[in-house]
Amino acid sequence: MRIDIEWLGEMLQRDLDPEQLAEQLTLGGLEVESVRLADKDTEGAPAVDGVVLDFDITPNRGDCFSVLGVAREVSALNGTRMEELEVPQVPASVEDTFPVTLAAPAACPRFARRVIRKIKPGCRSPEWLRLRLERAGLRALHPVVDVTNYVMLELGQPLHGYDLHALSGGISVRFAEDGEPLRLLDGNRITLQSDVLVIADKSGAIGLAGIMGGQGTAVSESTRDVFLESAFFSPDSIAGRPRRFGLHTDASLRFERGVDPVRQGRAIERATELLLDIAGGEPGPLVEDVAEKELPERKPVSLRLQRLNTILGTGLEPGEVEAQLGLLHIAATREKNGWSVVPPDFRFDLEIEEDLVEEIGRMTGYDNIPVVAEQSPRHVGLATEKRLSEDRIADTLCSRGYSEVVTYGFVDRELADAVNPGADYVSLTNPLSQEMGVMRHSLWPGLLLAARHNRSRQQPRLRLFEIGTQFGREAGGVRESRVLAGLAIGAYRPEHWEGGARDVDFFDVKSDMEAILALTGRGGDIEFQRADHPALAGGQSARLTRADDTVGWLGALHPRLQGRMGWKRPAILFAMQLDRSARARIPRYREYSKFPSLRRDIAAVVDDGVSAGRLLQCVRSAAGDALHDVTIFDIYRGEGIDSGRKSVALGLILQDRSRTLTDVEADRIVASTTRQLEHELKATIRE
Amino acid sequence: MASPAGLLEQAQAAVQAAGDLRALDAVRVRYLGRKGLITAELKGLGRLPVEERASAGREINLIKQAVIHGIAARRERLEAAKMEAELANRVDVTLPGRGQPVGGLHPVSRTVRRIVDIFAAAGFGVRSGPEVEDDFHNFTALNIPENHPARAMHDTFYVDTGHVLRTHTSPVQIRAMRSEGAPIRIIVPGRVYRRDYDLTHTPMFTQVEGLAVDTGISFANLKSILYEFVSNFFERDVELRFRPSYFPFTEPSAEVDVRSESGKWLEILGCGMVHPNVLRHVDVDPEKYTGYAFGMGVERLAMLRYGVEDLRRFFENDLRFIEQFR
Repeated sequence: MRIDIEWLGEMLQRDLDPEQLAEQLTLGGLEVESVRLADKDTEGAPAVDGVVLDFDITPNRGDCFSVLGVAREVSALNGTRMEELEVPQVPASVEDTFPVTLAAPAACPRFARRVIRKIKPGCRSPEWLRLRLERAGLRALHPVVDVTNYVMLELGQPLHGYDLHALSGGISVRFAEDGEPLRLLDGNRITLQSDVLVIADKSGAIGLAGIMGGQGTAVSESTRDVFLESAFFSPDSIAGRPRRFGLHTDASLRFERGVDPVRQGRAIERATELLLDIAGGEPGPLVEDVAEKELPERKPVSLRLQRLNTILGTGLEPGEVEAQLGLLHIAATREKNGWSVVPPDFRFDLEIEEDLVEEIGRMTGYDNIPVVAEQSPRHVGLATEKRLSEDRIADTLCSRGYSEVVTYGFVDRELADAVNPGADYVSLTNPLSQEMGVMRHSLWPGLLLAARHNRSRQQPRLRLFEIGTQFGREAGGVRESRVLAGLAIGAYRPEHWEGGARDVDFFDVKSDMEAILALTGRGGDIEFQRADHPALAGGQSARLTRADDTVGWLGALHPRLQGRMGWKRPAILFAMQLDRSARARIPRYREYSKFPSLRRDIAAVVDDGVSAGRLLQCVRSAAGDALHDVTIFDIYRGEGIDSGRKSVALGLILQDRSRTLTDVEADRIVASTTRQLEHELKATIRE
Repeated sequence: MASPAGLLEQAQAAVQAAGDLRALDAVRVRYLGRKGLITAELKGLGRLPVEERASAGREINLIKQAVIHGIAARRERLEAAKMEAELANRVDVTLPGRGQPVGGLHPVSRTVRRIVDIFAAAGFGVRSGPEVEDDFHNFTALNIPENHPARAMHDTFYVDTGHVLRTHTSPVQIRAMRSEGAPIRIIVPGRVYRRDYDLTHTPMFTQVEGLAVDTGISFANLKSILYEFVSNFFERDVELRFRPSYFPFTEPSAEVDVRSESGKWLEILGCGMVHPNVLRHVDVDPEKYTGYAFGMGVERLAMLRYGVEDLRRFFENDLRFIEQFR
């Protein structure tokens, strides 16, 4: 909300220093976002110096959406209680009225109105009034509209002016019929629901109560007779409707938050006075329709001194509290431990004790509340080793050359589909754009886009990772899981003076995954199995499993996606479900053997289809407990080996825990191992 | 022939003068070789009268031992010098090393870690919660009923009628208090979503929520913990300003500004005393317990700490940005 400081000064009857005022109000809870010089070249306005304050008023303070409301705050913050603002009463010169029925009294318990006849057509609001409207961000239009806007800005009460001759029968304030149509002031047609309060006449709905008037009954250049409305619509009957229709108006802003439910008549008087000055006319009597029982009640609230001081951490005295309540127009009666207080009509935000505590805190000044360290016992924190922390994963990957990215939780469905066809997406009903339409089912789309962004900016070699949440559907709702995912593309190491950097491959990245798995102490429980994934190239993709559960994937990006990204070099992708794979084993020390180990090498020729995993498994089961470790140190195909077969060189490290192994024992172990290889894997042993 | 003492002096001088191992070996041959000067002396003992032989022999042998030691010591020095000379200039130490360079840790992660570390040291435990949240936890339990104007403060992404992308990390307050009750002290980092995209807003960002509920907790305590936090975060004594504000789930509520080194007030977080309705929603008695809560935007803090001026940099994932944070 913007207001002209001069207007505020006029109401307070004193000069105001803009910067000082802005700071005082900001520290008092009415944030002044900016203080700026008024535009000097506003259309049609003379060059007048002026200062405009732009407020960011919180939704609980509906009472501050006016010059009057702000003036009241300024007074209170300066230690003065602002007196009730009186406006002159305009005597009726004609008897004319127009009937009104309060058909929904709970939603509209007070309706003040007046008929004004014979205003002069073609009048224009005076410059001073136009200037104040323009400085508040409103355009000067018709004098009736200008006057209602002016009074709204001044007193906080929205008004509406109708062309009396466009009204038929009588006005009823009622809820709409389901499906009832309305053509609004802005020309739009809307369809109403039965929880929408309307102003209606014999012809049907002619305005959205408290939000916007209708087109058919608006004042125009030819309007001679005017019907002025100044109503109280309860916040409950307005709240939410502006959002539903996308109509956040100056009126709805105020009604949603609550306007003074008592002083509707005052606003009519003020508007009449101004309108007569501008356009003349003959005022009818001010009439008020009231449903007394439905008016908002200001219930007494108890405020305990001790509670107040406990919450704030202060030592305020009863006298100080009473003085502050008085400045805020809050009536207080002493009770045993404090007061019974009744908030003023115009405050809708003072319903419980804490609301009053906040008021006292605000008036005391937050900066005057002491700074006191907590005395409460503190708990010792938890430092679990049962899960591998995401921080440790991130640090390990960073030290292996990966950089961390953070991508949006929502992705383009089309790209997501290319990565995971037919996934059960969680989609948004109101996405910002198609490219942000569904919640990610995988972190790979985000990583692909991050990689493309960098590659198109002269960064050909990339190692990226992200740790984040991915989303899927499950019975009864959404399944969220924490995932680590990464992507590597380009040379396996930075350009170096030794030269010769090949492209990153499956095994470079596999070692990064193995490093993470090793940190859990459970790497041995995870198997890499040959399996197909729609985003990965067949033949270069592996599923990570533990006890038949899929816990991750590793592989080369499918050429189809590689082409889509516009890359000529392969990319390697990985993903790991942290919920399932980050559980860690707490190290349990085992005494290591003090006896020397023996090494025996075996060259086994097997069919190409026999995986290294199977070979190692066979060796381990055949060699038994004496096998300390086994490595593959060469794989050979070609001359001397039948086609379709390969020679795999295995290094067995043999060691006993209680004594030194003899050569004879070692040879025996090797012999039984080779027999098992021959038997189980049709291996031939090369001497 | 020189006197024995003269011979020793002469030999020692020759040893010291030997500039390399070859020269030293020549000295050895000259004095100790088969035809060497000292050898010759020993051979000449036979020509001496019997009564002089023993003492002369002792003297020559002492000289011989001294020369042998001298040569050994000199050899060691010459060999060491030769090795050092050979080692010198083997590699160009100014060439770059080999292997993977360390990657960048995203500044949001770096900042979250620091925030969490600071609060962990003050006894706050880390909690997390879902990003797709139900209406109850995101709004209702936080005292934001349907149609409340505060809902307009959060431009919300909807998944379906009852579910949203959480607009703040505050719902974790509800989840944590429901399962753990009071007293409680927690810190909750996480991603949040708002339907807003312009120069100063991204539709996803990172928040850290803090909550402490216990007997006798006051606004004065809240001020204290925030002073400690902000001073630790910026590693300097800071000046803070607490401004009254409005959040449905706290009362009193405040916005906190920190005075920058250039003297400007910069908004850094929102906070307040937990609203009694929130405590009632989680079956904590507001007459017995009071508490404070605060929430901060991680990107905002990272921008102030590291001098980043454009919020959108955090989500472009450009390595020229990320690699400035290791």
